[in-house]
Amino acid sequence: MENQFKPKIIVFCCNWCAYAGGDLAGISRYQIKPYFRVIRTMCSARVDPEWIMEAFRLGADGIMVAGCHPGDCHYIGGNYRTRRRIALLRSLLKQFGLNPHRLGLAWISAGDAEKFANTMNSFIDCIVELGPSPYAKPAQSNQHTDTAKEVLDA
Amino acid sequence: MPEKIKIALAQGATCSGCDIAILDLDVELLKLFEVADLTFAPLAADIKFKDVEAMADGEITICLYHGAVRNSENEYVAKLLRKKSKIMVAYGACAAFGGIPGLANVTTKNKILDTVYDETATTVNPEHTRPQTHFITPQGHDLELPELFEDVKTLDEVVDVDYIIGACPPTREMNVKLLQIVLDFVNGKAPLPPKGIILASERTLCDECPRQKPEKVFIDEIKSIDYTELDPEKCFLEQGILCFGPATRAGCDSKCINVNMPCRGCMGPTAAVLDHGGSMLSALASILKVSSVETELPEEDIEKLMEKMRDPLGTLYRFTLPKSLLKRVIKESKDEK
Repeated sequence: MENQFKPKIIVFCCNWCAYAGGDLAGISRYQIKPYFRVIRTMCSARVDPEWIMEAFRLGADGIMVAGCHPGDCHYIGGNYRTRRRIALLRSLLKQFGLNPHRLGLAWISAGDAEKFANTMNSFIDCIVELGPSPYAKPAQSNQHTDTAKEVLDA
Repeated sequence: MPEKIKIALAQGATCSGCDIAILDLDVELLKLFEVADLTFAPLAADIKFKDVEAMADGEITICLYHGAVRNSENEYVAKLLRKKSKIMVAYGACAAFGGIPGLANVTTKNKILDTVYDETATTVNPEHTRPQTHFITPQGHDLELPELFEDVKTLDEVVDVDYIIGACPPTREMNVKLLQIVLDFVNGKAPLPPKGIILASERTLCDECPRQKPEKVFIDEIKSIDYTELDPEKCFLEQGILCFGPATRAGCDSKCINVNMPCRGCMGPTAAVLDHGGSMLSALASILKVSSVETELPEEDIEKLMEKMRDPLGTLYRFTLPKSLLKRVIKESKDEK
């Protein structure tokens, strides 16, 4: 157990639904694996694709964007934009060499604590199975050598 | 008259288009040579590295370095000229953001060598020979070739850079302005501008674009520019052509737009943005038009809609991959699931 991979996961939660859902999951004492950090944004559409890439650059193994259910956005249509951006970003990240499953997208309402817990647990399981992000390695050693990359490319 | 200043035009991984852009100053060049001597310019004058090495530190007033840093020779030239120059300018998109050579960061050094020395149809290389960086001939000549780097780097990753000028290549108007800055500095009329990106606007290209802009832009279908008849008055995006105006820094006087070509992003992102591609991705995702009501579309249809954009990496980071947040492609060792 000691050597098990502990991923770093960033969760962007929208203020109105997913964050409240996560809050409720805590109050309701659902068991969630402790490998994620939540960042609250006003809307899931506020999550700039840049932020996601910056998080991967800094060594995140997985990133989850969570917002209101389609149709329930506090700002009427924000989550439709999120949905499109994430879809396009997934195909971009795939070209960058990352598994597109590392970028999760979930719709969680304020009352759905159980869904928050289940979504997070299965996302964490998925990332543990995928292993560390290829971009996480250069960040740890800071000075990545040619040989380190050769191994990754092999 | 005061003593002439010394200028240098250094080359990295470049197509030399930037050299030509400087020659394009034509009659203005005379003004330049009234105040300056060309000390180092491999394209125009025969000056060896050892001549530059013999100069005192800071003897060259201004060095325009164009091209990305791709191999050990580029790095040597960059470091040498940084030492010998008072002002170092990353000139053009390659030196500033990596440019087109920067797209080599989607693959690796070994794969590039494999393609060039083995895989192309016209190559016969049964012994799989690769260029060696060091070789002593049977006659005893000691030969050296520069070492190709794994990554393409921008100039400011290798040396301290005073000014950054984008565009591929910088336009004549930009060069005239640059010349004026140099002239004013030499004649003591004006101090140098603060370090950083110069000769560019702080706004995006859409801000200075002369075309008619609709209130809301929608793309029905991403079209190829080769097969589309373009209306020279209408916004490119409205016509289904990918134009990087919304994410690209202005300052090029809309050169491409004026000759009915969409922007491809050679001026790089604005100061407010860390990642050129990410910024454009954000804009693009919102303007693709859906056939039915968006609310009724399942996730799969949205993915299909977004797949209309082919090769997002190559398109979004055409000029800025080494300057992007992720910098290069690193493949996961595990197979994709």
